[in-house]
Amino acid sequence: MTPPRIETAPESGRGLAAPPAQKRSSRFLRRPRPGQTMVFVGLLVLAGLWIYPFIWLVSASLKSSSEIFGRGLNLFPEDPVWENYSQAWTEVGFDRYFLNSVLITGGTVLLIVIRSALAGYVLGRFDFIGKKPLIAVFLITFFLPEGYTIIPITQLTDQLGLLNTHLGVILGLGAGGQIASTLLYAGYFRQLPKELEECARLDGAGHFRIFFQVMFPLAWPITATVTILTFLFAWNTYLLPLVFTLSEPGLRTLAVGMTVFVGEYDTDWSGMAAAAVISLLPVIAVFVVLQRKFVDSIAGAVKQ
Amino acid sequence: MATIQQPSRTTPPGPLPQRRGRLRRIRQDWWIYLFLLPTILGYGAYTVYPLVASWWYAFLDWPGFAATGTFVGIENFERLLEDDLFWNAFWNSIVFLVVAVPLRVGLALALALVLNRAKTPFKGFFRTLFFLPVVTTGAIIGIVFTLLLDAGGPVSLAMVKSGLLDSPANFVADPDTSLYAGIAVWVWKWLGITMIYWLAALQTIPRDVHEAAMIDGAGGWREFRHVTLPLLVPFLVIITLIDTVAALNVFDLMQTLTGGGPSFSSEVIEIFIFRTAFQATVPELGYASAAAVLFGLLTMAIAVVQALGFRWARRQMGGAR
Repeated sequence: MTPPRIETAPESGRGLAAPPAQKRSSRFLRRPRPGQTMVFVGLLVLAGLWIYPFIWLVSASLKSSSEIFGRGLNLFPEDPVWENYSQAWTEVGFDRYFLNSVLITGGTVLLIVIRSALAGYVLGRFDFIGKKPLIAVFLITFFLPEGYTIIPITQLTDQLGLLNTHLGVILGLGAGGQIASTLLYAGYFRQLPKELEECARLDGAGHFRIFFQVMFPLAWPITATVTILTFLFAWNTYLLPLVFTLSEPGLRTLAVGMTVFVGEYDTDWSGMAAAAVISLLPVIAVFVVLQRKFVDSIAGAVKQ
Repeated sequence: MATIQQPSRTTPPGPLPQRRGRLRRIRQDWWIYLFLLPTILGYGAYTVYPLVASWWYAFLDWPGFAATGTFVGIENFERLLEDDLFWNAFWNSIVFLVVAVPLRVGLALALALVLNRAKTPFKGFFRTLFFLPVVTTGAIIGIVFTLLLDAGGPVSLAMVKSGLLDSPANFVADPDTSLYAGIAVWVWKWLGITMIYWLAALQTIPRDVHEAAMIDGAGGWREFRHVTLPLLVPFLVIITLIDTVAALNVFDLMQTLTGGGPSFSSEVIEIFIFRTAFQATVPELGYASAAAVLFGLLTMAIAVVQALGFRWARRQMGGAR
């Protein structure tokens, strides 16, 4: 859709500069304005396509079910039905799902931050026997798809007796994988000056105190990045909580609860929309508040 | 990967036999291994073990959650290769990848180029807006789009009103379009993150390159084609790799949007695995594992090919400098 639009910009500019002799200077001095405007209009249309589903969703969550498909493209509800929210929250059980999502996301973030910071510290700053094979294993498994590991992970969790527990889901999400976080910490710790440890050691601090009182606090920008990335991952994940809670409805997360809702109340569209808003709101709110950090985190993680 | 730093103390030099030196080092570094313990345990149990166990499971006949399976050799693989539904899922995944990845990478590049220009107004606002779907939950977006794409939903209505469609249509429920509906929603959801990758890549191109091109009279398309694009090739390879792997991990969106249907028309490999292992009336863990192993191999093969491409591109760049 858009690539041709980019092409049209200079072309229409070329049409504007009539005599070929002046072409060069005119392009240099006057930017092709009609092309510029077209690009901007195209951008606006595309932006409309991107925001529309969200606006529609909020509007649908305040309509009655018959109104959603009955009033054409009108986005304004006749009479806002706030009960859709209270119904999804209490009757369908989204209060429970919400709590589960918070617990599981919180636990996963904590687990990944701690384990990645510890491993990243020694990987980034020290040389030890077994380091190279360890990094080789990390790189080999970097792109391992979730669909590949889900069956053994389910079996393992079952054998550990954790299949229908929050802990089981947290371990399943956070104990393996997530190598990017470890590498982010390693990259950050690597470039800190060596004098830091030497000074601390002169003060009589051991390895653990150096890490927890000096190094880990220093790495807060990475901790923020890893927290954001893990939060997104854990809040939005679906396959693992779905499989782990097949036999335990009380443990469903928002994403899983939502799909069950669809199965059980398949014509309650406005309730569905309200439930979707409830599920999406926290992650969107966090994003809007921290958006600079979000975008920098992701761009930074890629540059590494 | 990491530049190797000398340990803070020196290893004993000289006559000591190599073996004793290594043991001593390990003993001296005990705390390093303690720091690594959570990662080694977790990674071992939840990443390396599943990697290996999948292979073992793939050789078992293992119905449901019975305690364990019986060894049947390569029977599962033989069955898979003759299973039309497996090949259907395989080709659906390939089509998804081949259509969706260029769309996402190309559209995101175009968007990034526009948003990277000094003259574009409200850049921050647009960036936020296009990024918004990225932070949302794929499974929920899938459900929301079943409503949006319903025959009575706004997309179909708007298309009928503007004359693009003769009569209302449900793209998700039509076997001819369900996979492409999934592709469209996937591109919509993930475009923003690829756009951010591209913006980060464009930032690495120094401003004076742009100015030099302007002085040479190479504006707009020509500057892009001959100056910007060659500089972006290494990024193109790495971004394509990231997005390709992402295109193979679309379970949440596809499962909730189409569920693989209607009549398997949009069933990708992951849904095939999930259905075989957890949703069938008689779950077949061994058979599903065999499919998972082939799926893993496919992902790895694609990653390796692209990593080689990346190295090649980087060498080309090095040669040019």
